[in-house]
Amino acid sequence: MDRNLSGVMVYAEQNEGEIHPVSYELLQKGGQLAEALDEELIAVVLGPEDLQAEELIYRGANRVYHIHDERLSEPDLIAYKKNLEYYITDKIQPEIILLGATPFGRSLAPRLAIAVDSGLTADCTDLQIDEEDDRLIQIRPAFSENILAHIKSTSDLQMATVRYQEFAEAERDENLEGEIIKEAAKISEDSGLEILEKLSGQDVNITEEDVIVAGGKGLKNPEDFTLLEDLAEILGGELGASRDVVDEDFISKEHQVGYSGHRVKPAIYIAAGISGAPQHLAGMKEADTIIAINNDPSAPIFEHCDYGIVGNLYEVVPVLIEQLKEARDRGD
Amino acid sequence: MDIIVFVKEVPDMEKVKFDRERGVIDRSSASAQINPFDLNALQTAVDIKEEVGGNITAVSMGPSSAEDSLKEAIARGADDAILLTDTAFAGADTWATSFILASAAKKIGEFDLIICGEMSVDGDTAQVGPQAAEFLDIPHVAFVWDIDNIGEDSLDVKTDMWSSSYLQRLKLPGMITVTKDINTPQLPSLQNKMKAKKAEITSWGLEDFADMDIVDDDVGLSGSYTRVKNIVVPPETSRDSKIWDGYQQAMDELVDLLVEKRRL
Repeated sequence: MDRNLSGVMVYAEQNEGEIHPVSYELLQKGGQLAEALDEELIAVVLGPEDLQAEELIYRGANRVYHIHDERLSEPDLIAYKKNLEYYITDKIQPEIILLGATPFGRSLAPRLAIAVDSGLTADCTDLQIDEEDDRLIQIRPAFSENILAHIKSTSDLQMATVRYQEFAEAERDENLEGEIIKEAAKISEDSGLEILEKLSGQDVNITEEDVIVAGGKGLKNPEDFTLLEDLAEILGGELGASRDVVDEDFISKEHQVGYSGHRVKPAIYIAAGISGAPQHLAGMKEADTIIAINNDPSAPIFEHCDYGIVGNLYEVVPVLIEQLKEARDRGD
Repeated sequence: MDIIVFVKEVPDMEKVKFDRERGVIDRSSASAQINPFDLNALQTAVDIKEEVGGNITAVSMGPSSAEDSLKEAIARGADDAILLTDTAFAGADTWATSFILASAAKKIGEFDLIICGEMSVDGDTAQVGPQAAEFLDIPHVAFVWDIDNIGEDSLDVKTDMWSSSYLQRLKLPGMITVTKDINTPQLPSLQNKMKAKKAEITSWGLEDFADMDIVDDDVGLSGSYTRVKNIVVPPETSRDSKIWDGYQQAMDELVDLLVEKRRL
């Protein structure tokens, strides 16, 4: 290697001063990698001046760069890229850079990779250090999650985005110590982007839900989602959907679960009228408890659920709602 | 407005089968098609052209057979199409792919806007668009789901970042990548189908980039920054399922389970 790069750098995403939990997940995994390489764990956070950068120390970072600027309080991606490029190239010179595969991270990382001359692997679900050459093995699912590709960078610097909720968060310990370098952003010229307005937030974010009640082709009409909505409501959950019914405009894409939709890991996933195509399973197979309701006993979903009812969802779901209400009112 | 749309030909992912025993991907029953997200990108270009006028050029990197997808791009409203095809381009990762696509945009010269689908269904990385924007040193907004206003030298677009949605102004020339929510792709008109049949697809190989000092080492596998070292077939995940035929017997157990888990 012709450059002397050292350290594992975690890009900590923040949102209006709040550090995104994926940052703590990256610090946990990044900490393992840094230990295997016997190198430093460095966190970089860009944003407003008043954010809790010490939280990143409590989660295991040896050194934190807190770069602040008015412009960085908003998701001005180009301003983020320019400042990160400067710190990576001129100050930190890390060997590995990890970013969360959030929408912002997935938009930022590709630009940054070109700017800092690094290979990049998207949406990794695992990272390991190859004991033979101390290089990073970047593992990502491919082809509807049927295979896992093990990828290595040929560039000196190695970069990966990592799926949210794939790794456990680093434990918080207020006794941990480290250095916080707080600096005003170096670069704040016109970026070609201007944030005009923050719109009223996304209504639905099913990746954060504990309970998802999902409907598929077994639903006859768009209105029939109200039946599932009643069940979701009593369980304190949100609606999910397979691709077919989203494509048919039964429900908006925010609810889509699967390979081309959201990947979810709720405590309870109820699949009503969903056959269980591999593309759908890819999005929900890691739920704690999966309950399937389908009138076709040969539907693949029955091989991937914990509990299954072979039956008509239009008969089963109302009875389930009724009995749950009774149980709730009894208070047992 | 001069618009470039990057298009990828992909296998029909719903029909790609996976042979678990042999550990290989079987694409034999999957026909080639335009990446579904790129249809939304093409429709976005057509909608913008309809509003402010202009020209649409579809650009794709792929084998010579990908000409069919570019003909379809013309049928769907592109005015011109360029296929980047050369054995030297094969085996490209997102770095080498975005490099040659960006180089093609430079070679085209004048453009105001590049539109890409948010990702390809077979690669699933969402990297190529933003990477090409960086090579071209133009701003980009990814995952755009609505265009609010088309200005003289800017575009106002809506996207989801952090935990909110934002209205952003993108200075042109610039790039957007679009989600499926932005529009519903229209089927080609008969007239456009006829036009596509007769259309000549321009083809550029490595030697067409010689004046830009692009050589073999910059493209394809040798220009890539990542290598797939190994493919692992994970053990099949199946659960110990308890299946009831009909719901009468199931209810008590399921209700107990849900009540306990949700502390109802």
